[in-house]
Amino acid sequence: MTVATNRRRWLTAAGASLGSLWLGACDKLTADPRFSAMLAKAEGLTERAQRLVTDRKALAKEFTPADISRDFKANGTLSPQDYAYETLLADNFAGYALTVDGLVEHPLELSLADLRRQPSRTQITRHDCVEGWSSIGKWKGARLGPLLDRAKLKPNARYVVFHCFDSLEQTLDNTGQYYESIDLIDAYHPQTILAYEMNDATLPVRHGAPLRLRVERQLGYKHAKYIARIEVVERLDATDANGQPLLGRGNGGFWPDRGYEWYAGI
Amino acid sequence: MPTAEKQRPQKVLVRRHSVTTRITHWTNVLALLILLMSGLQIFNAHPALYWGAKSTFADPWLAMTKQEVRDAPRGITTLGDLKFDTTGLFGWSGKEGMREQRGFPAWATIPSYRSLADGRRWHFFFAWLFVFNGLAYWLIGLLGGHIRKDLLPTRDQLRPRHILHEIGTHARLKFAKGEEARRYNVIQKFTYLLVVALLLPLMVLTGLCMSPGFNATVPWLVDLFGGRQSARTIHFLSATAIVAFVIVHLLLVVLSGLWNNLRSMITGKYAIEVDTPAKGDAA
Repeated sequence: MTVATNRRRWLTAAGASLGSLWLGACDKLTADPRFSAMLAKAEGLTERAQRLVTDRKALAKEFTPADISRDFKANGTLSPQDYAYETLLADNFAGYALTVDGLVEHPLELSLADLRRQPSRTQITRHDCVEGWSSIGKWKGARLGPLLDRAKLKPNARYVVFHCFDSLEQTLDNTGQYYESIDLIDAYHPQTILAYEMNDATLPVRHGAPLRLRVERQLGYKHAKYIARIEVVERLDATDANGQPLLGRGNGGFWPDRGYEWYAGI
Repeated sequence: MPTAEKQRPQKVLVRRHSVTTRITHWTNVLALLILLMSGLQIFNAHPALYWGAKSTFADPWLAMTKQEVRDAPRGITTLGDLKFDTTGLFGWSGKEGMREQRGFPAWATIPSYRSLADGRRWHFFFAWLFVFNGLAYWLIGLLGGHIRKDLLPTRDQLRPRHILHEIGTHARLKFAKGEEARRYNVIQKFTYLLVVALLLPLMVLTGLCMSPGFNATVPWLVDLFGGRQSARTIHFLSATAIVAFVIVHLLLVVLSGLWNNLRSMITGKYAIEVDTPAKGDAA
């Protein structure tokens, strides 16, 4: 018995040490920039493979009113504490105006009433968070494509950047401000809208009032809430004279700046 | 062909596993271990599972939560209407005094600390390794005959009486000897086929359904699984089934001759005991 017990104890100890050695190695590798760069290379492969096999003009599935979630989860910022936002909210966004500028011929300033007069689309779609959950909601908003046409893109326009009111992380260099960006294929997709209504009511604050992006076929973090300004750019990684990124940390979005994929495909 | 090198009646070394089987086997060991552990990291970002297209947050079929029980935090796992106190394992784990809220404990995830972004990177990198490895296995297995010759049960193995007999000997942990040990037994064949033809491909297909972009292009696949949250659930259950397979597999490897089995998966040579010099071909 003692031999068996000893052996069992020895095996358990050996197993535990091997396990912690393995875990420690995995943590060390994760922290090693060269190794994470290697892991990240696969993300490039995933993105290219996805672009290859998927139809980027395909419509996301639309659901019926019976499918709408009564418990649509709100994530990220739920109530921006930023002064400019709180001021607008106090007046029920009467003073709100969406700026569309950057590489456009005719910069726009659009009030909510203006936005509601734009060509709109209503869709019941599934929202898939990178965390793994899904909720189904009904959205109504101005289609982004016609809006960009109205502003008229300059020939070198490549990306549409959404600057948001909320800072999701407090930073000294302002890189905690939420922003996101999409390319022109997604921008002109018919289901890409600037939503001002959710489930037949005015967009609630926790879901991004007064205006949020719906870019179906991508993960939740791409659907920027609390949009203040839309900027059309040529590059997402452009820098100023000091080499500092002009947009966040240069990866095209708040979460892409923090290790998540810009294309948000899976 | 068997390599019954010497005419000794007792032990002969036969060629058990082709080099393809051996390489893809060990590649899969690495890939699946990392996919499992990084997958649990991803699961931990929302440690609850649902059926259907959407999450019903108040009513998951499985959830690992932290709840206050008599003013003390406990890890509570709910499975349907059942509740289990899983403190230290699921929901609330870590060393005493340093416990944290998490689905699976630190020792089960890559990285050990909480990082969805890093877990995803590991997961998708090794998903590619897993997919390329699986494609190579299937391609060579179909062309070279491994699937047909070694994995598909023969007619004699499919007789009900034989299957019942095999179940009986398995239950008594009696393993095939002699000529019969040259090939996989019928339970082995069914199990391996279940893994390589169903569970492993199911992991890839349900995994692809986690992509909203892929869903838009191939909407019938996610519908086939019953919606995105069902696909996530099936991804988890299929992974659980693979873990169960690995546990039984390892147990049987040990019980039916650890070193002989290990050698056969490394060098390809497997020792069998025969009464008379070997004739005929083998797996």
